[in-house]
Amino acid sequence: MDDTAERSPFAEGVISVLPILLGVVPFGLVFGATALELDFTALETQGSSLFIFAGASQLAAFDLMADDAPLIVTVLTVWVINLRMLMYSASLAPHLGHLPLRQRLGAAYLLTDQAYAVVIGEYQGGRPARDRLPLYLGAALALWVSWQMSTIVGYLAGSALPADVPLDFAVPLVFLALLMPTLRSRPNIVAAVTAAAVTVAVREIGAGEVAILVGALSGIALGTLSAGTPLKSDS
Amino acid sequence: MSDAAVIWATIIISGVGTYAIRVGFLPAAHRFSTVPPRVRAALGLIPSAALAALVAPGLLQPTGSIDLWNERLLAGIVAGAVGWWTKNVVATLVAGFAVLILLQQFF
Repeated sequence: MDDTAERSPFAEGVISVLPILLGVVPFGLVFGATALELDFTALETQGSSLFIFAGASQLAAFDLMADDAPLIVTVLTVWVINLRMLMYSASLAPHLGHLPLRQRLGAAYLLTDQAYAVVIGEYQGGRPARDRLPLYLGAALALWVSWQMSTIVGYLAGSALPADVPLDFAVPLVFLALLMPTLRSRPNIVAAVTAAAVTVAVREIGAGEVAILVGALSGIALGTLSAGTPLKSDS
Repeated sequence: MSDAAVIWATIIISGVGTYAIRVGFLPAAHRFSTVPPRVRAALGLIPSAALAALVAPGLLQPTGSIDLWNERLLAGIVAGAVGWWTKNVVATLVAGFAVLILLQQFF
């Protein structure tokens, strides 16, 4: 631990996120290549990486748009997929509350599973307040740059990407890797199993467009019920 | 395929909403302790539900419909087990890819 004392927290953030980028880069390549294959323009593809900046939801959205899904379905699917960031934001809030609002709003744009995963452990381990934003920015910016670059490269390389290496397997794997640590309690496991089952079932019966939406919401609902928490407020 | 106007409207509306979600509780950081415990409990379930919904089709329906015991599911089970025990993202990725590539080479 002491040999990192010389390193700035920003550099530390970058270094901490590097191993995770191993999963993010193939993901970005797959997204870019998929967008090309589905006949989206380079501008639309990069635009989504800039404006939405959330890989899983971008993939889902592009699949839906290529299928001519109604706009409302696509938008809601993106929001539900990204709803988990609400929890990350709630979890980070006490640690970043000391920052001026403008900095928090800027930091929010960069929030991802990976940046969250890197910093939350450090914050809960007790980093001084002055370290927290640079640590976050190091991880989050490294990720942002990788995502933008792998999107472009994936789009331009397109069909040149090796076909026998199952790069697209990176997508479920990255999320599987992030899912495991969340399964610490029975309600979480109930939520995950329900979401998985419902998503697969909905997709199986041919309503794939709304599968993730319905699956995730079902998972949250059943998980909340199984925690013995009434859905309606008593007061 | 949706037309360009729908695509851009989708990207922008999705993006604005996603940003709002990311901002979430950050402005009210000092008031977070007043969020009711039930809401906090429900919030805590969102990552598990959303991530599971994202993972499941990739492992169980890689070609579109349910294909029990396909290679990706097996690779995913091993990767999941590795992830569970090591709590390490890289180990999970390596395990998953290694198993999948091995299965594809030999079966």
